[in-house]
Amino acid sequence: MAKLKLENLQIEHVGPVNLTVNSGEIVCISGGSGAGKSLLLRAVADVLPHEGDAWLDQMQASQTNPPTWRKTVGLLSAESQWWFDTVGEHFTCKNNELLNKLGFNSDTWGWLVSRCSTGEKQRLALLRLLCNQPRALLLDEPTGSLDARNTSVVESIIREYAKEKQVPVIWVSHSEEQIRRICKTHYEVENGQLVNA
Amino acid sequence: MSESVIQLQPLHLAISASLVIVLALLTWHLRLGVSGRIVIAAMRTVLQLLLLGFVLDYLFNISHPMLIALLALVMLLIAGYEVMARQQRPFKGLWGYGLGALSMFISSFTIAIFTLNVVISPDPWYLPQYAIPLLGMMLGNTMTGVALTLDYLTKNAWQSRAVLESRLLLGEDWRSAIGQLMRDSVRTGMIPIINAMAAAGIISIPGMMTGQILAGNSPLTAAKYQILIMFMITAGTGFAAVLASWIGAKRLFDNRQRLRLDRLRPPG
Repeated sequence: MAKLKLENLQIEHVGPVNLTVNSGEIVCISGGSGAGKSLLLRAVADVLPHEGDAWLDQMQASQTNPPTWRKTVGLLSAESQWWFDTVGEHFTCKNNELLNKLGFNSDTWGWLVSRCSTGEKQRLALLRLLCNQPRALLLDEPTGSLDARNTSVVESIIREYAKEKQVPVIWVSHSEEQIRRICKTHYEVENGQLVNA
Repeated sequence: MSESVIQLQPLHLAISASLVIVLALLTWHLRLGVSGRIVIAAMRTVLQLLLLGFVLDYLFNISHPMLIALLALVMLLIAGYEVMARQQRPFKGLWGYGLGALSMFISSFTIAIFTLNVVISPDPWYLPQYAIPLLGMMLGNTMTGVALTLDYLTKNAWQSRAVLESRLLLGEDWRSAIGQLMRDSVRTGMIPIINAMAAAGIISIPGMMTGQILAGNSPLTAAKYQILIMFMITAGTGFAAVLASWIGAKRLFDNRQRLRLDRLRPPG
C-alpha cells in the first residue's frame, strides 16, 4: 500500500506538476511528442535535475539514497537499453513463470541481445524492471513497439502487478484505446501542465 | 665526452627542415588538410626547443631552486592546457583545465621528487641537469596518457548517455554504472606506454637513450638510464590515468547521482 505524490515538480518547460496516484491506481498521461511526458517521469525517478519533490508515502525522493529511490519507483523507458552480450546477464532475478507468460522460455537467458527484436527487448525490459520489486511504476509507452497480442499480455501483467502489490502506476500512452482499457484517470500534457482529458 | 660529438650547424637543421617542407607540399597537393598544421607545428618545435635550450643554459648556471620550481610550474600549466585541448568534450569551466593538471601534478611531481631523492640522488636533489629533463619526460608522457584517458571517458559517456541513465534507473550507483567506462579509459591511457616498454630496444631505441649515445655516453649507461626513466614514466602515467579517470567520472555525476553531461563542453 503506497501513494505516489508529485509536489510542484518542475523540469525545463514542464510543471509545476502536482499529482497524487493512489495505491493500485493507474493514471494515464498522453500528449504530443516533445510535450515533456518522458521528462516528467525521469524527474520523478530523479535522474534529471529538477525543482520540487516526489513522495512515496513517507519516503521523500530528495531525502532518499538515489539508487534506493530509483529501485523503489521503477521507470521503464520507451526505448530499452542493453549493455551486456546476453539477455541473462542483465537480470538480478530469473522469474521463469513471468518469462513464459511473456512468450519466452528459459533458453532466452542465453540469447544474444543483438539478436533480439525491439519488441522482444521491450518485454524483457519490463521483466528486468520487475526484478527490483518496485513499489511504484513509471511506464513510458511500455507497449509502444508490441503487436496486439503482446500488448494485451503486457497490459495484464502490469495490471496484475499493480493490483496484487497495490502499486501506483503512471502510464504514458499514445493509444486512445489502451487508455480507455487501462485508466480511469487520464491527463494530457498541454503547455507543460497536466490537464484532465 | 663532448669532443666526440659532432656539433650541428644551422645548415644541418635547414637541410632537415627541407624534408618537412617537402612533406607539407605533398600533403597540400593531396589535399589532406594537414599541411598548415605541419608547418606551424614544425615552427613551434624550432622555437620551443631553442627557447628551452636558452632557458636551460641559463638555469644550469644559476641552479636556484625557486627558478627551477617556476620552470616546473610553467611546464605543468602548459601540459594542463594540452590535455584539455586534446579532448573532444572537456569539462566546462575550470574543471576542463584543472582536472588534467591536477592529476598530472600529483602523479608526475611525486614520482619525480621521489626519483630525484631516493633513486638518482644528485647533489642538491633539485640539480636542474637531472630535475628538468626527468620532469619533462614524465610530464610529456603523462600528458598523453591523461589526455587519452579523459577523452575516452567523456566521449564515451556522452555516447552512452541512454545506457548510463538506464543503469541508474535500475538502481545501480554511479560507480557501478560507469565502472566499465572507467576501466576502459584507464586502459586506453596506458596502452601507449605499455607498448613503448614492450617495444623498447627491439623495435625502437627510445629518444633519451639515442640522445645519450649520440652525446658520447656508453650504451650501457644510456640503457640503464632509459630503464629507470621508462619505469618512472609508466608509473607516472598509470597513476595519473587512474586519478584522472576517477575524478572525471565522479564529476560526471552530481550529489544525487544524476548523469550530468551538461558539465561537458560541446566540441568545436
